[in-house]
Amino acid sequence: MTLTADLVRERVRGTILGRIGETPLVPLRRIGAGLRGELWAKIESANPGGSVKDRAALWMVIAAEDEGRLDDGAVVLDATSGNTGIALAMVSAVRGHRARLVMPDKVSLERKRIIRAFGAEVVLTDPLDGTDGAIREARRLAEIDLECVYVDQYSNPANPRAHELTTGPEIWSQTDGRLTHFVAGVGTSGTIVGVSAALRPRGVRIVAVQPDNALHGIDGWKHMPTALRPAIWDERAADEHRVMATDEAIVMTKRLAREEGIFSGVSGGAAVAAAAALAREQPGRIVVLIADGGERYLSTPLWE
Amino acid sequence: MSVTVRLPGALRDATGGETKLEARAGTLADVISDIDRRHPGFRSRVLDDSGALRTYVNVYIDESDARDAGGTGAAVPDGSEVMVIPAMAGGAV
Repeated sequence: MTLTADLVRERVRGTILGRIGETPLVPLRRIGAGLRGELWAKIESANPGGSVKDRAALWMVIAAEDEGRLDDGAVVLDATSGNTGIALAMVSAVRGHRARLVMPDKVSLERKRIIRAFGAEVVLTDPLDGTDGAIREARRLAEIDLECVYVDQYSNPANPRAHELTTGPEIWSQTDGRLTHFVAGVGTSGTIVGVSAALRPRGVRIVAVQPDNALHGIDGWKHMPTALRPAIWDERAADEHRVMATDEAIVMTKRLAREEGIFSGVSGGAAVAAAAALAREQPGRIVVLIADGGERYLSTPLWE
Repeated sequence: MSVTVRLPGALRDATGGETKLEARAGTLADVISDIDRRHPGFRSRVLDDSGALRTYVNVYIDESDARDAGGTGAAVPDGSEVMVIPAMAGGAV
């Protein structure tokens, strides 16, 4: 059965998972002051699991349940840099599944602890291999352990589908259809590809942002030229591709907290910096997605 | 008097494709300078303009976080292993 927003909502009614989505859209009045375009931010830290990944995690698990893949004590498995792991652990806890998340060692302590708090298992891989090393290990585990159901956020069509049927329509409704651009970073690419499917046919220009080089500090984003390419990624989903330097992203992350009261992860700062650059160049109403909150990075040097 | 330095793939372009190098023991700053002499530009990839570790670069000296041991002034004794790791992980939007 093809998943719809109503069907997913019905399936989780009366649980914390029913609060996923319908996140706030707020204007960035100070950061946007003096720019030609108007900036609005979609605050995804308002999801119960604290990030945009709640949406994809919920839809991937419900899709696997519908396909009968999670019967008989199966284990939800995925590779993650953190947020998807937290979201899958939370969703699995509510739905009664075990979960095993593969992530590079030395990711922030908060992430590992939150995942374990939800009762999921963390498998750590060589930190020098980054997320791509975690992906390779998840693939290996999926092959040797028949209990594992590898939901694979990088290839799973339920990931962009969640954004096509929830994030995109929410933004359209919250702006009364009055927006010109949507800006977001690219990691799995689920957000960009899904929102593009929902809003591009309605005339919204889609702007995808990547880190400017392979060694960067923008959590969750991928430098596509040097990374394992997600199967769901399609460059043509975006009308425009931009790159962002980590240093500029960090400056904007701090401005978001001090000027707008939005405590964001660095990826949110990166996306807003790209949106602000766009707003300097042209008029319009620009919606930018802030993927998570800053609490998850308190043990990193950023906030020392 | 040498140490082993392991680098992530993301820094391969700065070291001519090498991800495992030998360097002279000393402080972490000495180790980075030694690599920079052979691979000019390496230093600016891991240190900022003030000479501190970039916020998104973590360095472990025999599994201990260099930031907890004095940052670039941390001792890197003969025979130790240094790991340079991107603080980010990448791939979850």
